[in-house]
Amino acid sequence: MYPAPIQKSKLGWRIIYRISVPVCLVLWLLPMVAIVLTSFRGNADIISGNYWGWPTELQIVENYTEIFNPSRSPMLQYFVNSIIITLPAVFFAIFFSAMAGYALSIYKFRGRIALYTLFIAGNFVPYQILMIPVRLLFNQLGLLDTKFALILFHIAFQTGFSTFFLRNFIADLPFALVESARMEGASESRIFFGIIIPLIRPALASLGVLLFTFIWNDFFWALTLVQSDAARPITFGLQALRGQWSISWNLIAAGSIVGALPSIIVFFVLQKQFITGLTLGGVKE
Amino acid sequence: MSKEYNPQNTTEAPPLTKKIFGMNEYQWMTFRQKMSPLFFLAPALTLFCIFVLFPIFQSIWISFTSWNGFGAMEWVGLKNYQDLFVDPAFYTSLINNALWLVLTLFAPVLGLIIALFLNQQVFGIKIVKSLFFLPFVINLVVIGLIFSWFYNPDLGLLVTIFEVFNVDISPFLTNENTATVRVILASLWPQTAYCMILYLTGLASMNAEVVEAARIDGADKGSMLFRVIIPQLRSATFIATVVTIVGALRSFDLISIMTAGGPFGKTNVLAYFMYQEAIFNFKMGYGASIAVILLLFMLVFISLFLRVIVKGER
Repeated sequence: MYPAPIQKSKLGWRIIYRISVPVCLVLWLLPMVAIVLTSFRGNADIISGNYWGWPTELQIVENYTEIFNPSRSPMLQYFVNSIIITLPAVFFAIFFSAMAGYALSIYKFRGRIALYTLFIAGNFVPYQILMIPVRLLFNQLGLLDTKFALILFHIAFQTGFSTFFLRNFIADLPFALVESARMEGASESRIFFGIIIPLIRPALASLGVLLFTFIWNDFFWALTLVQSDAARPITFGLQALRGQWSISWNLIAAGSIVGALPSIIVFFVLQKQFITGLTLGGVKE
Repeated sequence: MSKEYNPQNTTEAPPLTKKIFGMNEYQWMTFRQKMSPLFFLAPALTLFCIFVLFPIFQSIWISFTSWNGFGAMEWVGLKNYQDLFVDPAFYTSLINNALWLVLTLFAPVLGLIIALFLNQQVFGIKIVKSLFFLPFVINLVVIGLIFSWFYNPDLGLLVTIFEVFNVDISPFLTNENTATVRVILASLWPQTAYCMILYLTGLASMNAEVVEAARIDGADKGSMLFRVIIPQLRSATFIATVVTIVGALRSFDLISIMTAGGPFGKTNVLAYFMYQEAIFNFKMGYGASIAVILLLFMLVFISLFLRVIVKGER
């Protein structure tokens, strides 16, 4: 283990270490702490400029209900939009890329490495090179400014990364499994659904968690593909509400926290899957 | 198609009688196996071609035209690129992109330092690691809002804290020439968290015997870190660096939230400059040419990354 376990060092060092860890953590999360504290403050403090002193009143419930009040702001709508966009996009991106990953790892057809390379490369291209044609296409299809456009695009774009991710998992499975199933006369789709999918379930979970945060956190495509409140996800919504709330920093703060919370919850609940996904989504060496 | 079934030189199943599309059952099975990859690839590949592959070529084509987004397209050859190379805004963006590239490379370094600091087994360290990682999970819009608030030169927490120590930090927070650095510092926050987790995983899966052997051989702290530990972490370093570089070239969200390219275009980068030209100024051809330049830069790093991955496949 490196560095050497702290338990082996002198008492003085151990005490310093135990104190410095929480201190560093607080310093590291200071910007976050600032916004959380601000989201609890009442309007009186905000108006009088008491941002960091002792709060004269706490308005935790008021602030958070205020931002979700449909007659005051469309935040609730944005939040629902984000869910409606993210969940199906994650599901279909996983499903299609599991199929593609299966094809790329089980069948030894010509050009499969080229195809695999293409999927990885596509994941790295700058969004700007896609922006004008994708907008044009959705415009022609009459889908510009709809949630469906965002769902469709996210599925297509995330398929590149996901195929790369799942192909590696499927390629690591023992090929004998597939062969013996074929001997038994199982059809190809039966092998895929009955054998492969159950075996890669942990990988699917890791990928799902990653894709959830990727798609939930998307800002660029929301900005370029939708305009109306009916289709805006929360990232774009927050940017718009910031103008509306202008100096009500307590509301901006509360809105920011609500916008970040789903990814944070997903991360804390499925932490193991998330980190596995993150590290295995890189390169195997 | 496969050879005729021949009972003399095979040990396989007896002749089959059922005919499907004029093939016997064995032929039908081989046929299905041959066609299966196409079936399994179809949805992913179709979507990928329509929304990723084809648009790349279409953008390249648009970059040779003059087009406002709805009227007629006019072929102008290399004019957009000629205009771009004499546009001061292009060079401002280019310099800022370079600055992003260099400064965000602190993320892997800081990530390694934090990972080494936290790689201990003491009570509560697991939750501490998770909390250190938190910034990476938060979306960049919120990060931008968090830092706008944190940096606020009149009311922000940063200026308030420095006031306690009687240090006036407001020149840094208001100077337009440091605006890009402020945005980059905000981007280092989630990026460092990401690199940290890669290094923590790398440290956890490190070959303990090699580390012990070096220790027994009496390696001093410096050579231990640079000759034993860091070489073993090279795969984490590789991913951290490539992802950080690609992220730096892609930077858009934070700029859009924190500065919108301002003041006076001073914080522009290619990604945001392109968006402005295309969406606000309706110069699609010009915007597309910026995107093509950005893609060319990115291709250098993409091909580097692909070479390493594909090498492992052959």
